[in-house]
Amino acid sequence: MNIIVCIKPVPDPQYYDKVSIDPATKRITREGIPTIINPVDKNGIEAALQLKKTYGGKVTVITMAPPNAVENLREALAMGADEAVLLSDRAFGGADTLATSYTLAKGIEKIGDYDVIFCGAESADGATAQVASQLGEWLTIPHLWNVFSLEPQDDKALHVKTKVENGSMEWAVKLPCLLGVARELNKPRFISAMGIIKAKNKPIAIWGKVDLAVEDERLGLTGSPTKAGEIFTPDLKRKGEILTGTLEEMVDTVIERLRTAGVNVQATTKACDCCEGGGQK
Amino acid sequence: MMQFFQFTEEQEMLRKAVREFVEAEVAPKAAAWDESDTCPMELFPIMGELGINGIFVPEEFGGAGMGHTERAICIEEIARHSAGLAIALMTHHLGMAAILDFGTQEQKAKYLPELCAGTKLGGLAVTEPGGGSDFSGQKTKAEFVCGQWVLNGRKCFITNYHADVNVITTVTGQDEKGRNQLTAFIVEKGTPGFNVGRHENKLGLRGSNTGDLNINDVKVGEENVLGKVGAGAKIGMACISEVGRAGMAAICVGILRGCVEEGVKFANERILYGKPIAKLQAIQFEIANIRTDYEASKLLLYSATGKKDAKIPAATDFSLAKYFSSEAAVRSSKRAMDLMGGYGVINEYPVGRFLRDALASIPSGGTSHIQQLIIAGSTLSDFKA
Repeated sequence: MNIIVCIKPVPDPQYYDKVSIDPATKRITREGIPTIINPVDKNGIEAALQLKKTYGGKVTVITMAPPNAVENLREALAMGADEAVLLSDRAFGGADTLATSYTLAKGIEKIGDYDVIFCGAESADGATAQVASQLGEWLTIPHLWNVFSLEPQDDKALHVKTKVENGSMEWAVKLPCLLGVARELNKPRFISAMGIIKAKNKPIAIWGKVDLAVEDERLGLTGSPTKAGEIFTPDLKRKGEILTGTLEEMVDTVIERLRTAGVNVQATTKACDCCEGGGQK
Repeated sequence: MMQFFQFTEEQEMLRKAVREFVEAEVAPKAAAWDESDTCPMELFPIMGELGINGIFVPEEFGGAGMGHTERAICIEEIARHSAGLAIALMTHHLGMAAILDFGTQEQKAKYLPELCAGTKLGGLAVTEPGGGSDFSGQKTKAEFVCGQWVLNGRKCFITNYHADVNVITTVTGQDEKGRNQLTAFIVEKGTPGFNVGRHENKLGLRGSNTGDLNINDVKVGEENVLGKVGAGAKIGMACISEVGRAGMAAICVGILRGCVEEGVKFANERILYGKPIAKLQAIQFEIANIRTDYEASKLLLYSATGKKDAKIPAATDFSLAKYFSSEAAVRSSKRAMDLMGGYGVINEYPVGRFLRDALASIPSGGTSHIQQLIIAGSTLSDFKA
């Protein structure tokens, strides 16, 4: 069984305080910020390694990212994947989910023979949760999203459960298929020292635009219909004000202000326990 | 051109991998192991799968085939959160190093795979009630009687005294000058007459088991002799000086990193007079001192492990690293406590444990005074005008 796992390098959460958004390009500034494999993508790698253990075959990891993503791929190889492919080209830069999934689809078509493709359900940075399904559409294969349970029926079909709002759904899905996996699916293995040594000699192919059968206008920023709107920091300043007057007047003012702000304050004449029949508003 | 100090890509990846394991499996439980003084034996098979147990053991014996720098990285990462587990691991390594460096092919093939896998625990027992540093003055004896060795004596303050595979030093005779000749044996748990004694209730490094080994008419064959008869002192000293002290220095570097990270975290979060205490110079001085201790200890340690991996004798280097880093860990954990004020003595915060662990690290692998003697001896001989 040949399995492909799509992974994405995302900023290391330890450095979130250094992540910023470029006001001109409206994109996340990633330069100099160490990356990790998107956490839920590791669940995809784990699922792939478990399937390989049962059915044999090969696990290939693929990512579309800048050249330093070789480190993330090496980590996936150390987990146990057999081969890695890095899609890296200046022309791929600035891609939204549509252009990303298109480029990944072309990379996967070049890899060729596959039975299952795993993606993480969503990324820890963008969190659009769109790429898995879009990729399934580009490849015109069955695809399921938010997979939290996976049992192979045989080497031709999988028994899959997906999370849906307030419940779950069960599916029998024929291969080849694509699964966007949730974190609940499994517990990704730790990387071993032996895995690190083996990873050193495993192949990492680096493919650019010229290596793929792509239409230029579908790549990168050009191929991305998503346009970021205004980016601003909401004004969250607070203002203190000391009210004057009698207690009753001040309470009336507070209630009036709350009502003006849209809070539904109900009037009641029920006497409270601490005063004689005065009642509360 | 001299290169600046830098770990390899593989070493960085190993550190990251071990850190992930430690943050998931060690950090959340470290305080509980300390409080109950429980050694988490269930982690040894997991560390076996990750290659941590056999990190410096060749692949043919079930190890990862890496070196002593990688070993120090593993121990440092574990000690960052649990110095107790780290000393249990480092002692496990000590027993394995003795067998790897001095054992026969048969002994290596028999013992190392299970020790690497973590299905068995290793240890090295040298210290006796009469002291650990008076190496040749030990009292445990082994006599060759009717084709087998009979061991009698008592070992104390033995880390991993519950180990399955123990390397034990004994007196087997005297040389022409009347000095004790030592021989090392491999003794397996369960051998008749070989029993654990009292469990020590330690100040620090809790979560590792320390106690006595009672050795009464323990009979083992010639195949249990490690190295040659009479080579026990060499084996014991080689392992303690270049593997034991390396491990202790790595533990102290881990404690020191804990002091840096916990100190910085607290200094940034604790608000006093309307601003984080990190803005106060008095606190910055403490942070600077802790950081300097950490960086200097790290350089001494990894400079020594680099030499060892390059097969350059590094006993004095490890003494320097162990001496400096253990004393640094004591003063830096005290400094971290100082900057935390009252919070420093609350056990919810780990720095009090760091101080206890650092104090307990001083006698392990030779006290600071012993390290000073070694350093002075080497210095007086090497720096003659």
